[in-house]
Amino acid sequence: MASGSLADMDAVARQIRCDIIKMIHAAGSGHPGASLSSVEILTALYFSVMKVDPERPRWAERDRFILSKGHACPVHYAALARRGFFPVEELATLRRINSRLQGHPDMNKTPGVDMTSGSLGNGISCAGGMALAGKMDGLGSRIYVLLGDGEIQEGVVWEAAMTAAHYRLDNLCAILNNNGLQLDGNTRDVMNIEPVADKWRSFGWNVIDADGHDLDSLVAAFDFARRAKGQPSIVIADTTKGRGVSFMEDECDWHGRWPTVEETESALLELGDRP
Amino acid sequence: MNASPISSGCAAKIATRVAYGEALVEMGERFENLVVLDADITKAMQTGAFSKRYPERSVDFGIAEQDMMAAAAGMATMGKIPVVNTYAVFAALRACEQLRTFVAYPNLNVKIVVSHGGLAVGWDGVTHQGLEDMSVVRSIPNVAIVHPADAVSTKKLLPQILAHEGPVYFRLGRNAVPVIYSEDHEFEMGRAEVLTDGRDVAIIACGLMVSESMKALDILASEGVRARLVDMHAIKPLDAAAVIEAAELTGAVVTVEDNNILGGLGSAVAETLGENCPTPMRRIGIRDCFGESGEPDALFEKYGMSAAHIADAARQVIALKK
Repeated sequence: MASGSLADMDAVARQIRCDIIKMIHAAGSGHPGASLSSVEILTALYFSVMKVDPERPRWAERDRFILSKGHACPVHYAALARRGFFPVEELATLRRINSRLQGHPDMNKTPGVDMTSGSLGNGISCAGGMALAGKMDGLGSRIYVLLGDGEIQEGVVWEAAMTAAHYRLDNLCAILNNNGLQLDGNTRDVMNIEPVADKWRSFGWNVIDADGHDLDSLVAAFDFARRAKGQPSIVIADTTKGRGVSFMEDECDWHGRWPTVEETESALLELGDRP
Repeated sequence: MNASPISSGCAAKIATRVAYGEALVEMGERFENLVVLDADITKAMQTGAFSKRYPERSVDFGIAEQDMMAAAAGMATMGKIPVVNTYAVFAALRACEQLRTFVAYPNLNVKIVVSHGGLAVGWDGVTHQGLEDMSVVRSIPNVAIVHPADAVSTKKLLPQILAHEGPVYFRLGRNAVPVIYSEDHEFEMGRAEVLTDGRDVAIIACGLMVSESMKALDILASEGVRARLVDMHAIKPLDAAAVIEAAELTGAVVTVEDNNILGGLGSAVAETLGENCPTPMRRIGIRDCFGESGEPDALFEKYGMSAAHIADAARQVIALKK
């Protein structure tokens, strides 16, 4: 579907959740937790906020999106397919040999993917480079990059944070998927990132809080970011890992676990999947 | 053989990084998408003239090579030709993963220009000597490696590197080295230069080791040994035809590089000869060890990379073919 009303977007978000469960089950491996926690963020961007054209995935004046936390690519692929970048049926090929849908995003294989990513921390540097180039050319494009909260433990993130503030890249908007969990456990236990808002603020960023599962809140946050001049913005989106499937919610175990047949059926039932 | 490409005048000495800086500023007009990226060593990299003329196309990332490399990838997706500037060790090792996953894997049009390749860096010691950078980069797909011997070839190759679609690793040196080529000699990126046409032994060298090898040629000539000297500026893709031709004509090969002999020019030549025409050979270079601080010529002497060592290696391979 094309971009649309919030009611339509709710339906899209539910559909994307079902796609994620089915894809990861079919693939036999993947990362359901991170994908499910980012559904509203991707839905808001691709169905309301971003200027994109599925018929022209490399259109020069489009907005860009980088999934820096590349392991959440099922949510990205589902959003791109539902937006019309490639057939929904292709989602079932995730992680299979000869598929256009790699285990982490590949800009040369998947229509709509603007940057190869997945090695954590680097996507925000790529986004900074895009924003710098956009400024040089006076391009109206906005650059969005989604980071995990565990991901910002990578040092290069803070190199990029300095660069974006130093060059006043107000065409750059980062989103922090703040779900509190990483592979080895709670972020606060593995390597505490708090006070996270203060960190970004002290690096010169415009910090915006949002409910990462509320489409209204997210769209408003992206509008607010668009109006900020002279500094980059970061939307700190509070989310729940595994959101939408009760037995996956807030469970570290579901970061990279494959859902069995029974778990897949149970998850789809809960999400109200209509075949 | 055609007329010698070697300059007949007395040899001036110019660092390849200095020649690069002079040539770069002239590229601004021809390549309007060219942008120059630095990481706080603009003086060493000689990019100041470009950034003075084109401030809006110059970006300093501070001391942050990883950010610079990944940002270059992002810029390339927007149609820019980003030229990343830093030392060999920082581009190939510190920012190695950004180079591999974000530049090379998507095959983006980023140029990586490095200075301070090799033991010839001298006084700064191991931390700043690119001793294995070519080996590392050569194992990464999609990246061409060009390592010019002197100021003339540096200047002539730069526009071809910028016009080449895809990543290129352009390895330059810190110190002034003799100008070998005459100003009107034309080069082709990827094509080796044959400097002398002797038939007793082939010496295949790159970078400043080409001029070091020319000194070895003098030693050998005094003993009546005539060598075929090949300037292999194209480490990858290797000019395999030139390697095979040199081996077939001489039957004995010595490679000479200021890089670890594991994985660099010596390896590339050995792989090519091993599969196509096995030939006695010796590799001159850093023998899988770290360097140390010191005066470059003294280091070459200590680490077995001087003209005398090259000549000795030539005698050894000649003996092997008998």
